Amino acid sequence: MEQKTKINAEDGKQELTITREFDLPLELLFKAYVEADIIEQWMGTKVLKLESKKHGNYQFETTDPKGYKYGFSGVIHEVIPNKKIVRTFEMDGTPFGVQLEIYEFEQLTDDTSRLNMHVIYESVTQRDQVLKLPFAQGINMAHNRIEDIVNKLK
Amino acid sequence: MDLRRDAFQAIADPTRRAILLLVASQAMTAGAIAANFDTARPTVSKHLQILAECELLKQEQNGREIYYHINAKKMKEVADFIEPFRQMWEERFNKLETIMKTHKTK
Repeated sequence: MEQKTKINAEDGKQELTITREFDLPLELLFKAYVEADIIEQWMGTKVLKLESKKHGNYQFETTDPKGYKYGFSGVIHEVIPNKKIVRTFEMDGTPFGVQLEIYEFEQLTDDTSRLNMHVIYESVTQRDQVLKLPFAQGINMAHNRIEDIVNKLK
Repeated sequence: MDLRRDAFQAIADPTRRAILLLVASQAMTAGAIAANFDTARPTVSKHLQILAECELLKQEQNGREIYYHINAKKMKEVADFIEPFRQMWEERFNKLETIMKTHKTK
């Protein structure tokens, strides 16, 4: 299967980029980032507060299957419709620090668009810790695949 | 090349995978790691030795204790730990795309 989402995280850097092309007109892609009820649907989170404007802020709350609540929040620095969003992001009550997120929205054709996310962390260590979060959850899956490779070597 | 194959073999063992999962979140002493398993402590030590030999774990002296922590660079080589992160975003973006496509037709 083609990989639509590309991550570029170079060793020893405190930043990464996430790029994705969408079969959506630019306006719809942008809308998915500024309207609370739409964010709730695709992020699977509750939007407690969202002010999509300069000096605005946002607060999300996600409940896991066990009922634990996790808060995410940040301050919005810039919103240029159909072009750019700059905001901070942090996971409340965790040691992962704050990250700066720069979203660039780009029109490719009338029906397709691209999102370029540039994320800057406080340090190289913190970036690597955030990268490892889903790794811990997905380790079995990743390693089952490795096992298959190992078995083929025998 | 031999070294690389060793790391793959090291990771094929379920106990060693469980150890890596434990240590992925924080550095731990051999005792603390062993406390998580029913297996005899010398067996766990042997696993730690193998993981350290193929550089999946690093040892760090802290006072009188030796802490084991994951060698992310090496793990990435064998398991590409970015892949689950990428898949998480891929799923999220797929959902966004699906939702917005129906939004369009409304």
